[in-house]
Amino acid sequence: MAFLRGFGSWLPPRRVNNQELAPLVDATPEWILEVSGIEERRYAADTDTVGGIGLLAAKDCLDKAGATAAELGMILVASGSSDRFCPGPASQIAAGLGLGSTAALDIPVSSAGSLIGLALASQLASAAGRVLVVGTEIMSRRVTLSPEGKSTAILFGDGAGAALVDAENGFARIADSCMYTDGASSETLFMRDGQFYMDGSAVILHASRKMPRAINELLARNQIAAADVEAFLLHQANLNLISRVAAAMKTPLERFFTNIDRYGNTSSASLLIAADEWRGGQSGALTGPLVFSAFGSGLNWGALLALPG
Amino acid sequence: MEPRARILKVLQQTTGKEISPGADDSLFASGLLDSFALTDFVSGLEEEFGVTIPDSDLSARKFDSISKVDAYLAQKV
Repeated sequence: MAFLRGFGSWLPPRRVNNQELAPLVDATPEWILEVSGIEERRYAADTDTVGGIGLLAAKDCLDKAGATAAELGMILVASGSSDRFCPGPASQIAAGLGLGSTAALDIPVSSAGSLIGLALASQLASAAGRVLVVGTEIMSRRVTLSPEGKSTAILFGDGAGAALVDAENGFARIADSCMYTDGASSETLFMRDGQFYMDGSAVILHASRKMPRAINELLARNQIAAADVEAFLLHQANLNLISRVAAAMKTPLERFFTNIDRYGNTSSASLLIAADEWRGGQSGALTGPLVFSAFGSGLNWGALLALPG
Repeated sequence: MEPRARILKVLQQTTGKEISPGADDSLFASGLLDSFALTDFVSGLEEEFGVTIPDSDLSARKFDSISKVDAYLAQKV
């Protein structure tokens, strides 16, 4: 058994709105909003590190869950934009939490990494007890603020999110998950020489078909109707993509939590930042199924189902 | 109905416009399709021609003109 016990997040204070970004990429603020649903995103300070902001989200998560770092049996950290490939930010976050021997592993998968972390944590919790999952990204350093880099520069922002998965208790029980990889399409979304590249059309084609397929698989396997899902929490890639997934699920967009308008696409951090904000807006106990889904480099994608605990 | 006419019908349904681009005109460069409309276009082609377009074929280049779509579908049907 594995339960979702709490979430946390941290966003840099610097806001970069479309008015500031548009002239740098030879676009208009209105166009950026139309093609992405993004009004502003956050940029980390020069002194911030991927591990450093992940640590702040981790601490926020532990505080909200009423847990301590000493209770953790494992840490999983998702990031596609880590400052250093090896070792990645997981060990830095573990050290920042004061842990000297707790296993801390990196998941170097942009966008889908935190979903993979949640799915792995649900499987590992029985042995590890409490698993902290962190998604942390400074994507602003992986895009080019120029007309040539427009397709990615308008989307990405910085931030970190975290979740605590507990073997014994929490507000929702992780009931099922699925993960997939299509390596033959990996060249549509990748990092090279420190910069992020994306074949936007291909990515949207893949994501708009693969994510609903994964969600429907979980719902069918657990005999749950989409109409009965309390909330859909998706990687905040692009508001138009989330709308596509909602339409494919024949479910009103209002059931899909979104905050991409304020934070942009924070890659693997976005799912957990969204979960933290969604949870913060809940006044009572979970009353229905909760569905997570993400899509990212690899290509990796999947979905996770949680039920009231 | 000829395949190219059926492709045009799907394109018109996707865009909601009575358009008739040349067979080799780029549907992206002309602005008729964007990333999201392409998803609908591919779904419409699957329905119209009774084929399943596998994820491995999800490249905008394959669907960038009526002639390219025609050539692609000729292999599938």
